[in-house]
Amino acid sequence: MNKFEQELKNNNFTCSECKKCDKLVWPPSDFCNKCFGDVMWRPLSRTAKLVEFSRKNGEYFCIAEFEDQIRIMGTIENVENLQVGQTLNLIKCDYDGKEKFIFRSIR
Amino acid sequence: MRKVGIAGGGITKFTKSDISIESLMVSAVKPVFDSIPDLSQGDIDAVLTSTNANNKYLANIVSELSGISPKIAHSVESLCNSGTNCIVSAYAYISSGLADTALIIGSEKADSPGLVLEWDKSRGQYKHPIYWSSMFTSAHMRKFGTTLEDLAYVGAKNHRNALDNPYALFENAYSIEDIMQSKHLTENVRLLDCSMPCNGSAAILLASEDHIKKICDQPVWITGIGQKAISAGFTRNEDLSSMKSTIISAADAYKMSKKTHNDIDVAELHDAFSICEIIELEDLGLTRKGEGGSYVRRLHETDDRKINPRGGLIGSGHPLGATGIAQTIEIFQQLQGKAEKRQVDGAKTGLVHNMSAAATSSTVLILEQ
Repeated sequence: MNKFEQELKNNNFTCSECKKCDKLVWPPSDFCNKCFGDVMWRPLSRTAKLVEFSRKNGEYFCIAEFEDQIRIMGTIENVENLQVGQTLNLIKCDYDGKEKFIFRSIR
Repeated sequence: MRKVGIAGGGITKFTKSDISIESLMVSAVKPVFDSIPDLSQGDIDAVLTSTNANNKYLANIVSELSGISPKIAHSVESLCNSGTNCIVSAYAYISSGLADTALIIGSEKADSPGLVLEWDKSRGQYKHPIYWSSMFTSAHMRKFGTTLEDLAYVGAKNHRNALDNPYALFENAYSIEDIMQSKHLTENVRLLDCSMPCNGSAAILLASEDHIKKICDQPVWITGIGQKAISAGFTRNEDLSSMKSTIISAADAYKMSKKTHNDIDVAELHDAFSICEIIELEDLGLTRKGEGGSYVRRLHETDDRKINPRGGLIGSGHPLGATGIAQTIEIFQQLQGKAEKRQVDGAKTGLVHNMSAAATSSTVLILEQ
């Protein structure tokens, strides 16, 4: 497991950030994708914006956007009256060979 | 830059039967030589292989198995658009003068390691392509009111077209009702909205203008190329009702060929899922944004073969590394007037669209008589 995956497993959603130019580097990497500078790891906001969603059987999955730039796919637990653009809370992340993100809708 | 043309092609039946990747490749080389009597192994300057298989040194292996000792031999991998990436590499070798002829061979097995991009962290636990397809579908439905029935017309049309493609995996027609009632994989992606991985092989011979006249009396020219890799991760494509890499590739290909969407008589589009064909029709400028669904309905109702005459990926099957080459062979045959029951009358200019991994990259080729 790399640093990102280890942190996810501990329910910490972190991302690499460039020490030199402060750019948030997604996907997580050991080098900045703008200036190739070294990175440090910092926690991301647990609040996200719902970009799009669909459903498989009873389970809702979605794209959520963090800090106006990082988009990931995850599961939404409570699903009443979901609306694109609404706020989601990242209540759990994990790693078991795949990255897992679980959200709750905030209304 | 030297002019580059297509001199011939060979395809094998797409199947689920078990066969080695090397044999698959040689089985598509054979019909290339069979169809060009004046071609000998010694004429081939470059052999490029297109596949996601993990086998090593395949271009050299297939060269040896085919009795070819080329100057240049290597493999090209770019997931689902490996085939057209391979064609573009061969084009560059020929147009630059490094080679006069290039044999491009694309093959894949049904259990290809290229089916799912495990690297993509942005997909979370939803790595399988049905999930990105479902996101595109939700977005297009939300923005333009596209319906599940609109999507069903893509599959019905392409499966019907595939009935006239002797190399297609599928040999049955599916009605709108069949597709509407097929198993839901997500709320807006059904089994019959999906292309199917399979075994398949396709090979194509490119040559310079000077050389092609010696071996082919009806070459088809590659006059436009557009390629764009936005990213590898799915979620970089901001507007999910559109495919940014396709829009950019199309603009570059049209510009290079000095053609517009109005000039396209026949096109092969990368319908990995039903929604893809609808979005691509719009992003290639073949219909207005939001009207892809009604455009496909009209094609189906009038039995118009202009889009995906061989049945697309949905009707033909999708052997990843072979797909872009099989698409290009279809347009080659269409522009030669040799597409038999699939022929679009009077086709003079054609387009190939091939993309990878949720349209994170796209290739567009323009071909002309």
